[in-house]
Amino acid sequence: MASSTADLSGLVAHNEPSVQVSDDAAGFYTLGDKLVDPKAPTGPIKDRWTNRKFDNRLVNPANRRKLDIIIVGTGLAGGAAAATLGEAGYNVKSFFYQDSPRRAHSIAAQGGINAAKNYKEDGDSVYRLFYDTVKGGDYRARESNVYRLAEVSANIIDQCVAQGVPFAREYGGLLDNRSFGGVQVSRTFYARGQTGQQLLLGAYQALERQVAAGTVTPYSRHEMLDVIIVDGKARGIIARDMVTGEIETHLADVVVLATGGYGNVYYLSTNAMGSNVTAAWRAHRKGAYMANPCYTQIHPTCIPVTGAHQSKLTLMSESLRNDGRMWVPKKAEDCAKDPRDIPEEDRDYFLERIYPSFGNLVPRDIASRAAKYMCDEGRGVGPEVDETDTDGNPVKRRRGVYLDLTAAIARLGKAAIEEKYDNLLDMYERITGEDPYAGPMRIYPAVHYVMGGLWVGYDLQTNIDGLFCAGEANFSDHGANRLGASALMQGLSDGYFVLPNTIRDYLADGPFEKIAEDHPAVLEARAGVEAQIERFMSINGTRSVESFHKELGQIMWEYCGMERTKEGLTEAIAKIRALKAEFWTNVKVLGSADSLNQDLEKAGRVIDFIELGELMCIDALNRRESCGGHFRAESQTPEGEALRHDEEFAYVAAWEWGGDSLEGHNPVLHKEDLIYTAIEMKQRSYK
Amino acid sequence: MNLTLKIWRQANATAAGAMHTYTLDGVSSDMSFLEMLDLLNEQLLHQGEEPIAFDSDCREGICGMCSLMINGQAHGPEVTTTCQLHMRSFNDGDTITIEPWRADPFPVVKDLIVDRSAFDRIIANGGYISANTGSAPEANSVPAPRDKAQRAFNVATCIGCGACVAACPNGSASLFLGAKITHLGELPQGQPERYSRVATMIAQHDHEGFGGCTNIGECAAACPKEIPLDVISQLNKDLRDSIKQGY
Repeated sequence: MASSTADLSGLVAHNEPSVQVSDDAAGFYTLGDKLVDPKAPTGPIKDRWTNRKFDNRLVNPANRRKLDIIIVGTGLAGGAAAATLGEAGYNVKSFFYQDSPRRAHSIAAQGGINAAKNYKEDGDSVYRLFYDTVKGGDYRARESNVYRLAEVSANIIDQCVAQGVPFAREYGGLLDNRSFGGVQVSRTFYARGQTGQQLLLGAYQALERQVAAGTVTPYSRHEMLDVIIVDGKARGIIARDMVTGEIETHLADVVVLATGGYGNVYYLSTNAMGSNVTAAWRAHRKGAYMANPCYTQIHPTCIPVTGAHQSKLTLMSESLRNDGRMWVPKKAEDCAKDPRDIPEEDRDYFLERIYPSFGNLVPRDIASRAAKYMCDEGRGVGPEVDETDTDGNPVKRRRGVYLDLTAAIARLGKAAIEEKYDNLLDMYERITGEDPYAGPMRIYPAVHYVMGGLWVGYDLQTNIDGLFCAGEANFSDHGANRLGASALMQGLSDGYFVLPNTIRDYLADGPFEKIAEDHPAVLEARAGVEAQIERFMSINGTRSVESFHKELGQIMWEYCGMERTKEGLTEAIAKIRALKAEFWTNVKVLGSADSLNQDLEKAGRVIDFIELGELMCIDALNRRESCGGHFRAESQTPEGEALRHDEEFAYVAAWEWGGDSLEGHNPVLHKEDLIYTAIEMKQRSYK
Repeated sequence: MNLTLKIWRQANATAAGAMHTYTLDGVSSDMSFLEMLDLLNEQLLHQGEEPIAFDSDCREGICGMCSLMINGQAHGPEVTTTCQLHMRSFNDGDTITIEPWRADPFPVVKDLIVDRSAFDRIIANGGYISANTGSAPEANSVPAPRDKAQRAFNVATCIGCGACVAACPNGSASLFLGAKITHLGELPQGQPERYSRVATMIAQHDHEGFGGCTNIGECAAACPKEIPLDVISQLNKDLRDSIKQGY
């Protein structure tokens, strides 16, 4: 436990570098050199960020306006960074594919944001938040980054309150907190079920203030399609104006990608329709490493799929698990009954049964898998869907479990539940046509967040100089599983507090030599983008971009979803390669490239998802252990719980683009050892 | 269900637009309105006709990207966003008319997509609290009365979709303005700039070409987030006080 006797000197390593023995992905990859973060801090963990901030060099205010910073994405990380760097006086260009920066998908985050304020005097502290986050991430995150995140968390709340974010308050006017999955303290600040919206509007308003001040220039409906690298440094981007179709060159001294997660590789996810991996993937193809791509968070409480027409899934905040109890019928024959007719003794509150000490508040990966197993056993609820069992036979299963607020409504009253969850319950009724106050809701896990992303060091810089990556787009803080209410914390930590401090050290060497728009590296990047667009437009096959995306999603969900096996992943890689080959010969894109063309935009995103999906499967195949959101059937305890293999896999898998697999190339794996000094690795237990 | 769809198509901002009629079969009542349009677009692609351009992103009613006048009503017949409108609100055999937002300050970009950047410019002109990163005091050092914080939250749920403008016969954005004025004006942190804020935001609103408010109330009726009409009273009150103070 988080004992006060922990040695925080940073001098004592609790573990040795791991040595991988298994090699499930042999033939699919090449092993490269080990990776070491050149900017990794040392010394006592409590002092690392303080020292780094001091050691990072300053940029004279008069020089700042001569320094150009490109930030792609306006979610919590990108929006906060653009506002803060604008306030500091840099010349910021902000790019986003939506019509307004306020629409970035951070807006949809519901439950809350963690901070180690200890307002409840329930034993919280920076160390405990750090401890919970590393443990929740199943000991696959870098400890220095996580400690900094916990340290900065309290400043985030201060900043947001000052901006006018209307957090929930107590009667005395002070801030309220609630508890959230995976922890036993109340450290989550919230604005009903719309916390992400309110935090994003705070960042958006700060950003717009800088637009008026002239420090930030917004580029709406622009999509980044390549990064420009000159002499090993990121010096700009190639972007497409999505209204005119014009391909534009934008040069800068530093480029920040804050482009969110790639959950839409599964087609169905809780991400926005436009959420994509393209900016990160194009950077990857230019040399940036992609880290731990297989770590996917499947959120337990989403509204189940209704049919093949479904375009996206909707999350029900897991804050509902504070008051809701998850259950399925004990007997399969009860599954089609009205749940209100099933007596208490015939209900299986499976999380409370399997995990008595955490109950309904176990981390997301554990709750999701448990729900899946209940349905696999034939005790799911809701409409029957056609599936194929492990022997290849068609079978009908129900994919849903109950989330029951009945007891909480009886205990606290309907009004109290409405006040806490009103918008969520409205949304449930809107989508399903069922009244959530009349009986239990049906939920099922869905892809929600990805812990993987571009590799960054402590300074949030990728392995390419001048290319930074923040928020969900990077891999850094959540290890193999993210705890609830930590995504907002990380996005704002990166944007408001980390990047502005680390970028200034990089820019202290600038302004760099001006690059001409006809520099060979610029022309090459432009030509590559134009050639790809031309190729999409000229194939003129028979299948829609959408149909390729759906098929990819089915492959990923089936073989690289909640449970993964060596055989399944190997099969998935073959299927994805075949899909990629078909895409390049049979996709159909109508309209023109020099106008607004949503199919053309999507074609670029889907081909990147296909290539990413392949890498995710290779990463999952290599990692023959179960950790957090990555569950390999070959690695479980006798009770069916996830079993890590620290002696083999306590490392970050950073993948280098090796070339197109259709031309026989393999990605290159670089391993960054995870060494813990402030916390000891333990097998997670929530029982 | 089978539907007849009359949809506005316009190649770009300067081209002339026109209503086009399509028939669509096999629509499920569980589909969202936008999934119905996805189905139509898949059909159009296979017929060799360019799919219809429309905006959507989160498809869970919070990002404000989707729009559409559906049978003359902003976001259609229910009090929700178009992405949360489901086909169970329609009947087999219905004819549905689909148009972009109607308002001069929201020019059509293509088909059903409009340009709402005027809203961003209104926010840029005072729709914020000036608090540079790092300068904030400890969060609990300034208590905020719970009822005021709740009112602030209730109106801060505005998603900036523009339905209020599209529904208003005057093309006024007063509900949008009033929501932001009320959100920031209810909080202690919003007081220092309270009266300059209302003056600069209204000036930008008028500059963008939005019309004046004549208390018709279509905006509040169309608002998917149920922002109440009384934020416009708050807007007018704050404007009056602002003028008294010389802004």
